[in-house]
Amino acid sequence: MTSAAPAAGVHSLYGGGIASWLTTVDHKRVGVLYGVTALFYFVVGGIEALIIRLQLAAPESTLVGADTFNQLFTMHGTTMVFLVLMPLAAAMFNYLVPLMIGARDVAFPRLNAFSYWTFLFGSILLNVSFFTGGAPDAGWFGYANLTSEQYNPGMGIDFWLLSLQIMGIASIAAGVNFTVTILNMRAPGMSLMRMPLFVWMTLVVQVLILLAFPVITVGLVFLMFDRFFGTHFYIPAAGGTPILWQHLFWIFGHPEVYILILPSFGIVSDVLPTFARKPLFGRPFVIFSGLAIGFLGFGVWSHHMFTTGMGPIADTAFALGTFLIAIPTGVKIFNWIGTIWGGHVVFRTPLYFAVGMVSMFIIGGLSGIMHASPPVDWQQHDSYFVVAHLHYVFFGGTVMGLFAGIYYWWPKVTGRMLSERLGKAHFWLTMIGMNVTFFPMHFLGMDGMPRRIYTYAAGMGWDQWNLVATIGAFVIALGMLLFYVNAVRSLRSGPPAPADPWDAATLEWSMSSPPPEYNFAVVPEVHSARPLWLYKYGPTRDTSTHTREEGTPSQPDAPPARIDLPSPSWWPLLAAAGMGVMGSGALIGLPVVLLGAGLLVTGVFLWAFQPLERPGHPVFGPASSEGR
Amino acid sequence: MSADAHRTSFGVGHRKMAMWVFIASECMFFGSLIATYLAYEGRSQVGPTPQEILNIPLTSVSTFVLLMSSLSMVLALDAVQRDERGRAKIWTAGVVVLGGLFLAGQVYEFNHFHHQGLTLQTNLFGATFYVLTGFHGAHVTVGVIWMSTLLVLMFAGRRGPERALDVEVAGLYWHFVDVVWIVIFTLVYLIQ
Amino acid sequence: MTEPLSSVEETQVEHGEHADGGHASRGTYWLVAVILAIITLLEVAVFYVPAIRPVIVPTLLSLSAIKFALVVLFFMHLKYDKPVLTGVFLGGLVVATLIVLALMLLFGAIGPGSHNV
Repeated sequence: MTSAAPAAGVHSLYGGGIASWLTTVDHKRVGVLYGVTALFYFVVGGIEALIIRLQLAAPESTLVGADTFNQLFTMHGTTMVFLVLMPLAAAMFNYLVPLMIGARDVAFPRLNAFSYWTFLFGSILLNVSFFTGGAPDAGWFGYANLTSEQYNPGMGIDFWLLSLQIMGIASIAAGVNFTVTILNMRAPGMSLMRMPLFVWMTLVVQVLILLAFPVITVGLVFLMFDRFFGTHFYIPAAGGTPILWQHLFWIFGHPEVYILILPSFGIVSDVLPTFARKPLFGRPFVIFSGLAIGFLGFGVWSHHMFTTGMGPIADTAFALGTFLIAIPTGVKIFNWIGTIWGGHVVFRTPLYFAVGMVSMFIIGGLSGIMHASPPVDWQQHDSYFVVAHLHYVFFGGTVMGLFAGIYYWWPKVTGRMLSERLGKAHFWLTMIGMNVTFFPMHFLGMDGMPRRIYTYAAGMGWDQWNLVATIGAFVIALGMLLFYVNAVRSLRSGPPAPADPWDAATLEWSMSSPPPEYNFAVVPEVHSARPLWLYKYGPTRDTSTHTREEGTPSQPDAPPARIDLPSPSWWPLLAAAGMGVMGSGALIGLPVVLLGAGLLVTGVFLWAFQPLERPGHPVFGPASSEGR
Repeated sequence: MSADAHRTSFGVGHRKMAMWVFIASECMFFGSLIATYLAYEGRSQVGPTPQEILNIPLTSVSTFVLLMSSLSMVLALDAVQRDERGRAKIWTAGVVVLGGLFLAGQVYEFNHFHHQGLTLQTNLFGATFYVLTGFHGAHVTVGVIWMSTLLVLMFAGRRGPERALDVEVAGLYWHFVDVVWIVIFTLVYLIQ
Repeated sequence: MTEPLSSVEETQVEHGEHADGGHASRGTYWLVAVILAIITLLEVAVFYVPAIRPVIVPTLLSLSAIKFALVVLFFMHLKYDKPVLTGVFLGGLVVATLIVLALMLLFGAIGPGSHNV
């Protein structure tokens, strides 16, 4: 056994005090920061959901009033989309992409840290709104002109539009960073077609972010100008139209839902082969369908607007695009099924969540295809049918896929194993809970229950399913609680994880758990899309009949040649703080905006003139395993 | 970052590729602003209208100035690559001066329009025009600051050919800002 | 972003690129600049010539497209660079153009029913 004792590995990689975390430029630490933050906000968004469900459990309930309810569903959606799902994916692609492509870090380590801190300050700004007179209350999609100064004079919407712009900048910076990293930093022999599916899907996601976020930034800028400077971008009386907001929002918003699901598609595409003990079925098709989904995703946005009277030509065009996009999605599903089919399946928690994702996404996809038909959508739009659809794809699809990834890569990141028993219990509670919660919402939608209502009359016939849905929500919550218990227990006293606990095929399993700070002692030469299986088993496709040495990494313990890593830096944090102060300043006064701008510019200049590697930067080499 | 790190998968430097990736993203940013301008063209309920207020001769001059600043930029890069430090300083200063001139023209134009009764709040033309050209001007401003910083570094003697990439990446940003103006000049000023 | 080690290494990569893809000369830059100036003059002239009014839109669009291409290909060096950069740029440009056109159609700024194309 050659893997280093995980306790020491964990300490050296993650230890070092608060300052070392504030100044880190190591992609693995940045990934952990994103993950911890996202898992915190998951609880926040979950509590918001539980209060919503409690309020709706019975007709004419008075648990919360209309105003509070509007804030709750707005914050639930905004939090889950921007503060949980995106950062959880970011946690994974931050931690894993360099490991999967054989790199030592990302292309721009300090920019990476900047992305995280900017995201964090943006997320705090959003939640401060709860304490300053009210959170935003116009839905996560903030339709004009409900968001206008006239109809929404409080500060909630201002917090919303400012924090989203700030977090958008974080995402765009990461988009540049990871696009360059994936295109430019692959190990020798790792052609694009040999990259793991998670890396491919991450690349598509980054391109989508780069092309979609600028559009919502423009939409938010217009909203900001309307609210702060008296312009009339969305004001009909001046010739403007709220429909402009809808277009700009959904040109971003539709690619955004693919941004949210593709990482889970990538995770599942890498998890299923490991536990089916055979390669991903139809690998090139899975890759190309991911590309197709990304590209087509820009052509369907107005399927969210079928009820706005665009006319039959526009309706038809967008309906056609939406039907088309089901094809590459279907291709992926059949390939996943084909991967499991005929495999010697190993039943571990990551597999359960992966299969859960595929099956729940099929249901969500079916309700989505129904929405794609404009006349059908005219009945379903703004009803609970849509709430059912979006939760099947976001929760059943994205969240279950992310948990497949969390259970799969937890050993690598933490050096500990999670409990299989608790993991499977978490899975079953989630699976049962989510179907009990969200399946009845199809019925409620067909029975005419609208979205975003804080209560309903007693005689509508909606009582029973609402109560059932609320019960299901608490089953989900119980399952999630088990996960957090599992996590804490694992970190405290879980069994140490070997380098390669799942006998997997990709490069991130070739070094200790957790990895050394420099990732690879020797940059690997890649000859296959399944480099580790090739290394362990030779060029056969079936790994079920070979034995292997338990958990042997293919990387040596210590690097044979000197490795220099970038120095930590305060300046990304300073620049990010500048952005946060500027955003806050927009709500306080010009002097604070200028102060924030000053911090930002100072941070950027200090960063630009600071060498990436300064005296005392981390150095590793053959003489010592960790030299400083 | 050891000896094997300089080899990049596509043979293009990280920062150069990053700037092109960013430029692709900016196409969407300016595209959205331009699309809004065009979608709202003719929908203002009150004047002034573009026909009444846009000054083609003046804007043609500032367009020419910005185009020449791109020439200056590319000559500056060429000089840096050939280690002609004197020339490099001159042409870089040229970018700063010409960019500054363009900005001065914009400031004059905005002021003039303001006095003629066109503000952000007046009508849709005011809103879309000022926001579109204002963001473009902000991008030019960032570029002028960037080029000025490079100029200062050149005077401090720190820009030899090994630093050509810094100038090249700054140049890509500058040319893109120029290219966006070509589009704006045509769609906003010339095609009314 | 000043990164001494990698920028040296990157410059090595840049020089390698020039050896592969060729390079425009100073003369080419001046020539391109002159052409850009001439086209700008033409555009302004076209604006003031009444006879061209019926076809002014395609004319101006074509002229500015030429300017756009010249700056991108020569000043931004895309003609001589590795194709991946052209792919990256075109990706953004094409999607942006298509969306601008779609929005113009949806808002009736072009297409049947508009006063324009």
